[in-house]
Amino acid sequence: MRARVIVRLKPAVLDPQGEAVERALLGLGFSGVKNVRVGKLIELDVDGDAGLVKAELSAMADKLLANPVIEDYQVEVSG
Amino acid sequence: MTTAVVTFPGSNCDRDCVHAVRDALGAPVVRSWHKDHELPSSTTSVMLPGGFSYGDYLRCGAMAALSPIMAAVKRFADAGGPVLGICNGFQILCEARLLPGALLRNHDGLFHCQDVELEVSAGGVGLLAPFDRRQRIALPIAHGEGNYTADEATLDRLEAEGRVAFRYLARDAAGNGLVNGARRAIAGVLGGPANNVVGLMPHPERRSGAHLHGTDGLLLLRGLVAAGAGFAEAHA
Repeated sequence: MRARVIVRLKPAVLDPQGEAVERALLGLGFSGVKNVRVGKLIELDVDGDAGLVKAELSAMADKLLANPVIEDYQVEVSG
Repeated sequence: MTTAVVTFPGSNCDRDCVHAVRDALGAPVVRSWHKDHELPSSTTSVMLPGGFSYGDYLRCGAMAALSPIMAAVKRFADAGGPVLGICNGFQILCEARLLPGALLRNHDGLFHCQDVELEVSAGGVGLLAPFDRRQRIALPIAHGEGNYTADEATLDRLEAEGRVAFRYLARDAAGNGLVNGARRAIAGVLGGPANNVVGLMPHPERRSGAHLHGTDGLLLLRGLVAAGAGFAEAHA
């Protein structure tokens, strides 16, 4: 089963990378851009039924894929 | 009485740490490798050096925190053994949850390589015994991710418990470190059951002798080695 873990900096955490990307986009002439935030997408194949896989992905995120001090995460499972 | 310097793939300050302790301080040093499951039996203190362990994959220090040697370092720290993490070593200690908080990318997105003035806020405590409380020192920094952060409750607790080890003297209007945005200008913190774990972003090993333009850093290494001697005596 294909799964995704999306990791984002918490809303209150400053994202200098996102700010730099935003400035670059504005510099390219995309004038409507604001609030750019850069996160991570981790894709993986996992065996098992969807419910168990979701619980396992959450455990993976808690232990390694995200740092709860600075990041939030979201898990998605497909087919 | 031996200081174990741990090398991870991507560590680049490990030999500097060996040089500082062995040559500048004249104290015994042993090297340790990330795949080792135990620290050398003679170990009385541990240094986690700076660098880019595992290429900073995922997050700085995240992979190193899970390496076999870190399980041994955690057992050592939990038993009260003195551990010093410098720069990437500090990031590893935070990722291993041996110290609270996390190190974010610098607020301006830049890598800063320069000297900074610091206050040894917890001077006199544990590994910081060679310093006076609030003694001012200067050490070099070299990092892109030294912006210390933790939730407000954790920051309040660190201050209340006297566990802010080092602070940057130069602050912005909000009281954060001017050089990297570190919350409450925190450059290093104390942890462990007896304040025996210290992590800091500046590099004490780079100020460990006259040939390295100063000895402010040597005091911290001396404190580490002395704490190791005390630990060995207590466990003899």
